[in-house]
Order: sequence, then structure tokens, then C-alpha cells
Amino acid sequence: MEKRVTFSSWTIGILFAVPQLLLIFTFFYWPAGQAVYWSLTLQQPWGGGNIWVGLDNFRSILSNADYWNSITASLVFAGISTGLAMFIALVLAALTDRQLAGSRFYRVVLIWPYGIAAPALAMAFRFILAPEAGFMAVVNQVWPGFWDPGLDGADAMASIIIAFSWKYVGYNFIFFLAAFQAIPRSLIEAAAMDGSGVMRRFRDIQFPLITPTIFFLLVINITESFQDSFGIVDIMTSGGPANATNLMVYKIYSDGFKGLDYSGAAAQSIILMLLIIVLTIFQFRFIERRVHYR
Amino acid sequence: MASITIRDVKKSYAKSQVVHGVDLDIASGEFVVILGPSGCGKSTLLRMIAGLEDISGGTIAIDGTVVNKLEPRERGCAMVFQNYALYPHMSVAQNIGYSLKVAGVPAAERTQRIQAVARTLELEHLLDRKPMALSGGQRQRVAMGRAMIREPKVFLFDEPLSNLDAKLRVQMRSEIRKLHRRLNATSVFVTHDQVEAMTLADRLVVMNGGRVEQVGTPGEVYSRPASRFVATFVGAPAMNMLEGTVELDGLSLLGGSRRLAVQRAGLAVGTQVAVGIRPEAVRLVAPGTAGALDATVDLVEELGAGRVVYVDLDGASFSVMTSEAVHPEPGSTVGLRFSPDDLHFFSSETRTRLEVFKASVPEPAL
Amino acid sequence: MVERTPFLNFFTHVILFVGFVLCIAPFVVVTIAASHNLKDVNDVPMSLLPGSDFWLNIKTAWTTADLGPKLLNSFIMAAGVAAGKVMISAFTAFSIVYFRYPGRTFIFWLIFVTLMLPLEVRIVPTYAVVANVLSPYQTILDLTGLSWLVEKVSGVQVSLSLGLLNSYSGLILPLIATATGTFLYRQFFLTVPDELTEAARMDGAGALRFFIDILLPLSRNNMAALGTIMFLWAWNQYLWPLLITTDQSHATAVTELKQLIPNVGGIPEWNIAMAGTLIVMLPPLIVVVAMQRWFVRGLIATEK
Repeated sequence: MEKRVTFSSWTIGILFAVPQLLLIFTFFYWPAGQAVYWSLTLQQPWGGGNIWVGLDNFRSILSNADYWNSITASLVFAGISTGLAMFIALVLAALTDRQLAGSRFYRVVLIWPYGIAAPALAMAFRFILAPEAGFMAVVNQVWPGFWDPGLDGADAMASIIIAFSWKYVGYNFIFFLAAFQAIPRSLIEAAAMDGSGVMRRFRDIQFPLITPTIFFLLVINITESFQDSFGIVDIMTSGGPANATNLMVYKIYSDGFKGLDYSGAAAQSIILMLLIIVLTIFQFRFIERRVHYR
Repeated sequence: MASITIRDVKKSYAKSQVVHGVDLDIASGEFVVILGPSGCGKSTLLRMIAGLEDISGGTIAIDGTVVNKLEPRERGCAMVFQNYALYPHMSVAQNIGYSLKVAGVPAAERTQRIQAVARTLELEHLLDRKPMALSGGQRQRVAMGRAMIREPKVFLFDEPLSNLDAKLRVQMRSEIRKLHRRLNATSVFVTHDQVEAMTLADRLVVMNGGRVEQVGTPGEVYSRPASRFVATFVGAPAMNMLEGTVELDGLSLLGGSRRLAVQRAGLAVGTQVAVGIRPEAVRLVAPGTAGALDATVDLVEELGAGRVVYVDLDGASFSVMTSEAVHPEPGSTVGLRFSPDDLHFFSSETRTRLEVFKASVPEPAL
Repeated sequence: MVERTPFLNFFTHVILFVGFVLCIAPFVVVTIAASHNLKDVNDVPMSLLPGSDFWLNIKTAWTTADLGPKLLNSFIMAAGVAAGKVMISAFTAFSIVYFRYPGRTFIFWLIFVTLMLPLEVRIVPTYAVVANVLSPYQTILDLTGLSWLVEKVSGVQVSLSLGLLNSYSGLILPLIATATGTFLYRQFFLTVPDELTEAARMDGAGALRFFIDILLPLSRNNMAALGTIMFLWAWNQYLWPLLITTDQSHATAVTELKQLIPNVGGIPEWNIAMAGTLIVMLPPLIVVVAMQRWFVRGLIATEK
């Protein structure tokens, strides 16, 4: 879409874009380019510049079991928390959209979790899911040793998944509800006149019409699970126990800033960037379908 | 085919009542049009028949069965929506056949019936398209097809033509009429367009403010409007209304500047009335003609086949529709002449029609 | 609609209620835990009746994590990011929608691409840039030979250096450098009728006048929505402030939470930790509740 009427002064037009361009050059393109450069070079321990090593950094990362472990953990985390957060949100939004008594109330409250900072909710869940106090402690009294995220990797993974999903149910709920409400009321009524009941209408009309939103949220949830998980991991598990929750961004952070391995961290960043770019392109393919439905 | 009986039906929302006790009998096979301005409750009434709105009071019966508590699918009605409400993700064939699919009709029979409906509506070449790829008129037809395929007891139309351009609207109007003649199914059609209403209806229901103002054939509604509202709402340009007071020997109009010699029956002196006359019932004559009212021409609107002449009658605006070859100049004086039989009288108090007057020709005040 | 679905309605109410309970349970638990004394909070199971030490715990958390100045830092960062985004995005969108200079499409794509890569994945080099924000320009001068030229001609050695670590600018600027808001404005500007622009031009308004007198006032809703979203987003940032505020003076409330994680060994002071958590999550929660409409609208508009 383009404007028919525009202003003729090029200077003013370009000047308006300059602040943004300066910012993205300095804080986006330069660092992104820098990451590429670092990923292909190795920094000398005592200064003296970087030496070109080609794809060595990538080779060493990709042959590192820790890195593959981190990828696996990230994918498990992304898969389960996205599935959980989206499914629960979809059910809640679909039911809220039925507009029975009280639905306005749910519409307000169910989005609160998304406003909470990841580290804050991580702290809350760290307490709620603590093995010695809080609520899982009750379970541990019945079955001693049943739950300990500090020792058991699966428990730790479950903890961060619960915390992340709790927040993103709120997020997905906002989008699903908006998508349901964007479906013209008359379509639902027409389906009811055609003899379709509540469940059948959901299957035949509402669900197909929100598939673009589903694809959109799928991509956003996965990318967010890569980034927004950092605060949760850092507060709840610090990547442990035994690297069980050492997700990709957390590993980049610890390798880069704790281990001071800039080149390795840069190479990992590049791989993560590529992953996100692929996901985004996947999403744009489905945006066309969204337009098609209008 | 089914009859519909509506008894004292009311609809109220949390804050306001939008339908105040409507009674209506619709005979089997009848084409009834509900006409009224926006917000008069006509769509709400239709949606209550369909089962899309809960009924707050009274009963609606289809074929003698009270349907108040029945779900839309149990009432045997089909509906054509204003915005067509076609399922955007389904093809034309799927749209038309959806109700059969829900009802579990086998695929083979479904295809056959879709084909038959498509043939009637000339949609055969479009069956694989999505609604997005159709023109307004084609979408309209698909919406009709979706209603037809179920062979419903009752067809409900909620302003289905209002999104079409003028030419297409006229064409669809006659197609709906023809279709009704063929299927002969009971139909209720809601519109705010009086031409649509007049041309389609077996019987017209005029609603205003949540109440039924008049029920009758289009001819009756036009020639004997039951209320002042109906008189001014039906007919274009609108009926002229002149306020008057009943006097001993007749009627004084426009604050006493004009008089009508009428025989009054049973109305007390001093009663306020409105006298209505349709623009097309007035003839323009030379000023000063005996028995005519003289008025000053304000504006002439050319319509091609005729013209509307707006005149000033002692400060009141009055319109005349004429097809004669007269072209009065604005500012000139003309005479207005009409037959006493064309006068309508309405009580200023109840705003309903009064049948008690026998009018004679007006006389200019002395 | 007339629908007799008693079972389904019952089921709907039950599920929604369960969802509601799960949604607010953490808030409730945090609040109750924050009101207990050290012994009660570690009871198994913890009593769900509020204790009496609420204000004491809040006070302790407040002083332990030095939350007063940290909340102020959070507020400055969040407000700075929100204001910066609201302004700069409007400028850029105006430029790419209302002008036809050469290279406009290129600029559009340059900005568009930034949507793809969140700050988290390029933190390491971004950190290096912020340490000396002029280093990109120094490098360019060096590589193009310009600094050599300048040195030869004037005898001045070019050495650009401006560190932004532990500064508000360092906190705020990199968070503004994405395209989120730009596309929100762009979508909106595209819906502004061309006739309005023509009318303004007939009335003698130039580009600047049109932007200030017509476009910005029309964009008020967008500004409120974008501002709300960006404020929350920035307030909730964790990794970036954690990295660049090596000095306590510029740390934010969210990063300070880490100070409250109970030590291993000894009885964990969960009551203090939860009191701190409550303080940190309250401001964004208030914004969400108060600005619900803008929040929802902004979220949906920025992501589409």
C-alpha cells in the first residue's frame, strides 16, 4: 500500500529517518556485523587483534556436546511451553468468547500475567515450586524425594516451563480472544441457523478462521521462549542442575560474559539468529493467508 | 410451509426495551415485509423469530408450536443476512452445502442438491470459488442458495439487499419475488427501503419505536395510512402535513390563515388535528382559481419524468409532484388543487387516523 | 442466541474458573508469603491465612535490595524507552510513508529487518558497542583511511570514545533501536485519508506543519498504546540492564531481585524474597490494570 499524496522535499523526509537510522546502525547493524566478524575470528588472549579462523568457531561449537545439550534443552523448552501456553490460552479464549455471565471479568484478569517481568514471576514460582517450603513440599512429604528442581534436571525443566507458560497464557489469550472477536457475529449466527451446535461451530468455523493467529503465535511463542526465558532461567535454575536448563541465550550469556569466550558466544548468536530468521520467514508465508481471509 | 403466530412479543435489554408487545399473524406461504426506520426493532423481531435473540416476553409459534425455547436449528427457518455472512474459508459449494453436511446428508445427495440450487441461481460456474473472489451480487446469490438448499419452512431476510448498488438491488428484488412465487415458502423480509417493501410484500408491517404501526397490503398502507408516522414514512416525497383545529363550521389550518369546510362528526370544537395530502394528489392550477389554495414557489426539482415543486403555504413547506408540462418559476404564485377524497386526517393527540371527516374543497381565508 | 447447553455452560464456567484460579494463585501466594514471619513461611504446608509481618517484610526487602533508587532507575529507563519509541517511531514512519526520496525502499527494509532479531541474541557485540558507542565510527574512519588523512593533515590523532556503560543512555538507546513502533505508525498513517493531506496542503501547510498539526494529534491513540506497551516491555527488561549496569548506581528493580534469592544453607527468607517480588511486579501490574485498553490494543497492533 502506498500513499497517493506525498511531500516533495527529500531533505525533510530523509532528516526524519535519520535518528532511527543512526540508532539501528549503531545498536543493531554494527553489533550484528560484529557478531559475524567475531564468529569467524579468534581473539588473541593478550590483545593484538583477531585472527581469521573461518568456520572453526562453528565447528568447535557444533562438535561440543554441551552445545547440543543446550539446543536440545531449548527445543524441549520451546516445544512444551509453547504447546502448553497456546493450548490453555486457546481453550480459555474460546470459552470466554462464548460471552456467558462473567466473561468480561475473565477478559480483564486473564491477561495480567503477561504484565509481570519474567524474573519476578520466576521468583514467585521458585518459591511455589521449592522442594523444602512452598507447595511442592507438601507433595514431597507424601512421597519423599518426588520433587527437587535443584537436583533433578527434569524437575528443573518442568519448573521453568510452568513459569514461562503461566506468563504466555496471558499473552496468547489476548491474541486468541481478539481473533475470536474479529470473526463477524453473523458468521456464527449463520452457522447456528445452518444447524451447527457450539462444538461443531468451533470446529468448522471459528477454528479454521483463527489458524493465521495460531501460526503467528506459534512463531512468537517459540522466539520468545528463546529470549524471555533468560530471566526465568537465571532466577530459577541458573542453567542447572548439570546444564539441564542451560538454554541457548543463557549459554551465550554465560560463555560470553562469564567465560569471556566472545568468539564462541558470537558463533552461537549467529546460529540463534539464523534459527529466528527461518522462523520469521515461515511466519510471513502465513501472513498472506491471514490477508486472504479478510 | 408454515404459519407464524406472534403474540405480545417483547424484547428488552438491560437498560432499554426495544420491542413493546408485537402481535402479528403470518399465513403460510405469505411474503411479509417488515418496514421501519433503523432502530425500530424490526431486525430484533426477525432475529427473535430466527432464535438468534431470546424472547423477553410473549410467544412466537411456528405452525402452532411455540418456539420460544427452541434453538435456531430446531425452528426450521433459514436466514439471509445483511452482510451475507458467507464462510470465508469455504468454497461456494461448501457454503451452500454446509447445513446439509451438518445434518449428515450423504455426500452424493449433497452434491446433487448443491448442483440443483446452483442451477436455479446461475451459480454453477462459481462453485469452486471462495466468497472473496465473488462480486456483491454473486455473494448475495450464494447467501440465497444457502438458505434455499435446506427447503426451510420459513425464509427470513435481514435487509439482504442494502449492500448492493441501486441497479443490482432492483434486479435481485425481482429475482427474490420470482423465487418466492416458485417456492411459495413463508417469507419475512426486513427492510428500511420503502420501494423494496412495496414491491415485494404481500403484506406490509410498518414498525416504529418497537411497535407495529400498521399491517396491511402495500395498497392499503399507501392509501389509508393508519397513523401519522406511516403516512409520512411511506411514499416519496413524504405526505404533506398541515396542522389544524376543529371549529364549529369546519377546520382552521395553519394558525387560521386557511380554512377547510368539513363536516365534523363527534369531534369537539378545539380538537387539534393534522391534515395530510400526498404530493402526487395535488394539481397545479392558475393562481386565483376558485377552490384552490394559492402558494409561492420555492424550488423546482426536475426528475425527468416529472418534477417536484416545493411551495410556501403561509410559512409551511408543501410539496407537489407533477408530471404535467408545467414549469413554474421560483418566486411565482401557483394554485394548489386537490380532491377532498385525497385528504387524510390524523389526531394530533394520538397521531392515529381519524375517519370521521368528510371534507369539501378548501376556501381561502377572507 | 437461544441455546440450551446446560452441560456445556457448566463446563465453561468450571474451566474458566479454574483458569482464573491458576492465573491469580501466584499473586495471592506471593502476597500471603510476604505477610508471614520466617517460621510460618517455611511451614509445610504454608498457611494461606495472611500473617502479620507484611509491612515489616516489605521494609526489609526494600532496604536489603535498596529498592527505592532501583525503582527510580526502572522508571527512568521505562519512561525513557517509551518516550523515545513514541517519538522516533513517529518520525521514521512519517518519513517512509509521506516521502518519495530515492532509497526509501532500502531504508524501509533496513528498518524492517530489525524486527527479526531481538536484543537478546546479539547482546555480546551490542555490549561492546555500548562500552564505546563511537567505536563503529572510529572503525569506519580507520578502515576508510580517513583518520590517517586527518592525522597527516592536522596532526590530531582521531580517537573517538564515549562509554555508555552504567548510564541511562546506555540502558535506553539500544532498547529503542528496533522497528516495533515504526510499523504501528506506518499502518496507521496509511489509513489517514489522502484528502486530509491535500486539504492541509490547500490550506498552505508544509510537511512539518502537517506532521505537527494534523498527523501527531490524530495519532494520540497510537501513542498511548505504543507508550503503554513499551513502558511495560522496558520495565520488564532483565538481561540488558543486568549486563551494562556493572555498577549498582544504575541497576534496575528487576535486576535487583536476584539479591533476594534466599541463600543455600540456613532457613530461606522466602517472606522477604516474596515481599521484594511483590514490590517489583506491582508497578507493571498497575499499568496493565489501569491501561488495559491501550495495553491490549498496542500489543495486537505492534505485533501484526
